[in-house]
Formats: sequence, C-alpha cells, structure tokens
Amino acid sequence: MSILQGSTAHVPLDPATPPSARLDDVAPDAPDKSRASDLIGPLVTFCLFIGVWYLVSMVLLPPHKRFLLPPPHRVISEGFFVWRGGERRGLQPILLSLWDSAKVALIGLIITILVGMALAIAMSTRRWLERATWPYLVAIQSAPILALTPLIRAIIDGTMNQRLLVVVLISIFPIVSNTLFGLLSADKSQHELFTLQGASSWTRLTKLQFPAALPNIFVGLRISAGLAVIGAVVGDFYFRQGGVVGIGAQIDVYRSRLWGPELIAAILLASALGLVVFLFFGWLAKRAVGKWHITTRGT
Amino acid sequence: MTDAPSTNNSAGAVLSFDHMSMTFPDGTRALDDVSFSIRPGEFVTVVGPSGCGKSTLLRIASNLEKNTSGHCEVDRGSIGFVFQDATLMPWRTVRRNVELIAELHKMEKAERAKACTEAIELVGLSGFEDKYPRQLSGGMKMRASLARSLMMKPKVFLFDEPFGALDEITRERLNDELLRLFQHEGFAGLFITHSITEAVYMSTKVLVMSSRPGRITDVFDVPFTYPRTHDLRYEPEFAELCGQVSHALRGAHQ
Repeated sequence: MSILQGSTAHVPLDPATPPSARLDDVAPDAPDKSRASDLIGPLVTFCLFIGVWYLVSMVLLPPHKRFLLPPPHRVISEGFFVWRGGERRGLQPILLSLWDSAKVALIGLIITILVGMALAIAMSTRRWLERATWPYLVAIQSAPILALTPLIRAIIDGTMNQRLLVVVLISIFPIVSNTLFGLLSADKSQHELFTLQGASSWTRLTKLQFPAALPNIFVGLRISAGLAVIGAVVGDFYFRQGGVVGIGAQIDVYRSRLWGPELIAAILLASALGLVVFLFFGWLAKRAVGKWHITTRGT
Repeated sequence: MTDAPSTNNSAGAVLSFDHMSMTFPDGTRALDDVSFSIRPGEFVTVVGPSGCGKSTLLRIASNLEKNTSGHCEVDRGSIGFVFQDATLMPWRTVRRNVELIAELHKMEKAERAKACTEAIELVGLSGFEDKYPRQLSGGMKMRASLARSLMMKPKVFLFDEPFGALDEITRERLNDELLRLFQHEGFAGLFITHSITEAVYMSTKVLVMSSRPGRITDVFDVPFTYPRTHDLRYEPEFAELCGQVSHALRGAHQ
C-alpha cells in the first residue's frame, strides 16, 4: 500500500481515476511459506526409508545372508563409529577416499562446465555445428564407460587424468543441452529489440541470451554436478593406484571382502556427497535467478 | 494504383512512405503502393483487419524488414519502437530495463541514471524501480516499455498494437498517458491498432488499410483538439467519426 500511495502522489493521473484503482495494477508477490510443515514430508520419507531397510535386513534376508545388508544400527556402530579399523576399515579411510573422489568430481565438473558451455555457445551461433555435434553428444551420454576403459587406459597417462576424463564424459551432456536450450530461448521480439539498436552478437550474447539461459544453465549444472559425482565414483572404480584410493575403489574393496557395514557406510557417504552437491547448486540457482525466475523454488 | 488516397506532402516529414510495396519471399503481398508521411506533432494511426500488413509498415520503417519497391524515408537513429508485448528482460529490474536501450547505445552512466529516473517518473512508475517484471501487471509492463524508448528521446515513435492485450480500463488509462507524453515530448507517432475508438481518440489522422495486400483506402482527419479527456469518447461527433471509420473499414474488408 505505502509504495502505491507514494507513487500516485506525484504521478499526473487522469483525475477521474481514483488512486485506489491502481491497486489492480500490482501483481502480488509470492507469499513466503517456509514453515515447520515443510519438514514433515522429508521426515516421513526418512522413517519409511529406515523402516524398509530394517524390513529387508531383518525379515526378508535370512540370517546367513544378512551381511549383504546389515541393519542401520550396525552400519552406524561399525561403519561410522569406528575411526580406524585397520585394513582400510573405519570412518577415517572412508572419508579420505571420499575427499579424494570429491576433488576429482569437482575438478572434472569445472572442466565440464567450461567445455560444455563453450560448446553450447558455439552451437547456438552456428547451426551446422549444432547438427554436426549433437549425435556424438548423445552417443557419449549413452556409451558404456566400462567398454571404454581399456582404450582410455591405453591413450591417457595417469589415473588422475583418466578419472577426470570419465567424469567429463559422464557429466557433459546435460550442461550442453540445457545451456543450448536456454541460449535459444529468448523471444523473437526481444531479439528484435536488440536488432533495432544495432547490437553486436557479443552484446546480444551477454545481455540477452546468456541471462535468458541462466535458469536452464542451473538446471543443467545441477544434473551435471550429480553425474560428476557418479563419474568420479565410476572412474576410481576402474582407474586406481596404491595409497589413498577413491570412494569407488574403496567400495569395491569392501564389496569383495563382504564387509557389509563398511560397504553401506561408504555408499551412504558417497550418496551424501551427491546430495550436498545437488543442494549447493539448488541454493546457488536460487541466489542467482530466484528473484526473477518464477518457477525457482526452494530446493 | 494512382487512385490510392495519399497524404504525400512529405515536406518537413520525419517519416514518409512513397509508393511502397512489400512482397514476402513466399510470394505473399503484404503492402501495395502505400504512400503517406508524418510530420512532427502528428499522431497517425493505421487501422485495418488482422493480417493486413499494418505491422509490416512499422517493421519496414524500423528496418526489421526491407520493402521490395518504393521508398521509406526516416531517420533510423531516432526511432522509438514499442512492441505488441512489453519485451522486458525478466532478469532486470524496472530501472535496469528502462536503462537497457540507452545502455546499448553506450550512454554515459550518470546521464543514463538521470534520464532513467525522469522516464520512470514520466510514465508513472516511480516507486516501482526495483521491482522485477513478473511483479508487474500488464499495464505497468507497458509503461516500463514506453519509458525504455522514451529514454532516447525519439523523434518518431512506432507503436505496434501496444495495448492490444490489456483490459479496457487499463487500455483507456494508458491511451490518456500516451497522449500526455505525446504532447509533452513532441514526438511524431505512428500507431497500429484494430480498435477504432482507440484510433480516433489518439490520433490527428486515421488511415484505413485494406486486407492483403494492404493498401491505404481511406484517410480521416481527426478535428478534436488536445488535450483530450476520456469524456470525448461519448461525444456525438466522436461517435460519428468512429462510425465513418468503421464503415470504411468494412468496405476495406471486402
């Protein structure tokens, strides 16, 4: 109300129009609803998750196969509450592996973002490039990395580089496709506005296409970030060396030795890494475009 | 085609079309032998059935399309163009949207900020500078769009059915606001609409265009003096002129 009255005070309106008639001119702000009831949903699914876990572990699995999925309390006591259990058991080696994989995922993701966005920008300006590149991007996205591992190992030196390549291969598609879609999403009339002012293609890109693409870019970032974590786990599964290994390799060790609690703890932490990355980009998107982009809501 | 009515006395005109025709690459003839000109202080409105090529006139004037024959004379550096929709950038606040065109023309920052404040005040959006377009109604978006073009102080203002999507009340209010700006800023206006009332209410001259290919079939001088108030819409003389335009439009439609 106060801004309305403030504005009408010095606006020479048609005298026959009462100031209050401008009330309908204002679209209401979306109400800010973040309350305790928002917690109920996640809480219910969490209880359900634990419940199903216990059901599978204690009821469906016969005792001699229970090592395949130990119940939650054993995972907590043996997987999380043992710091160093020797022979790579315990929380400390798991966290070290996780950190190792997180680094690979992060560096890989940065490469993916730079390469992917550059490719999308190039594709948005050159139609032939879009046509020429698209099938291969789709192919990369669906190619089984497993089958490529001997080739990657033969061509690229160093496990770090090999793992980074796997991360990029697995995570690049969403960032390219979403960025490209976003860059092409600006309205015809918005483009014409820029044409009328004789804007250069650089100006058009930076002041129209790129900002218009931001919501889509963040969608792509979120998906790519999750895939980068998967890529890192898959990568250290296949490309490892002595010393600290990635979480994927660690999981493989636990799996081969049938160390159930450690295995589940490592899997949970790897998932948690994916979740943290996902939440981070959701938060970042909200910070960057939440003010103007309507469909952005809480993560 | 020499019988086409024209007001082709282009001396001192800021915008003139001279025997201009336009055929699209697919063979559709959009405009046929259109001649008229607009001088400073004139507000010319083109009414015509949908798809008759009215908008093509503006697109040629602003160089978004190229006419296939005849001439179009206009100083392209001083054109303001208001689109059918507000074409605001949703990621910019009202202030930053209004500054956009000036920014593209590399207007100096302090000067830009000053002109922006003036333009926003002129269209009655003071107090809404920091709102985003999604927080505005259709009418307010159009005001912002107007302010954006006003920043450059254009000599010729082209309006492509700017209020077509608005409700009646908002449209009438914006008609009044636009007339006030027209008097205050002294630009020449070329306005496209399919509302006869709007055409007569706003203009110094109403041109009636036929269906494709678009030709100017009738010209009406509007005698009413400015400032016009909305009571004018209910005067008998106003109604009579609207009736004549409507009659001409029906003729043009056949």
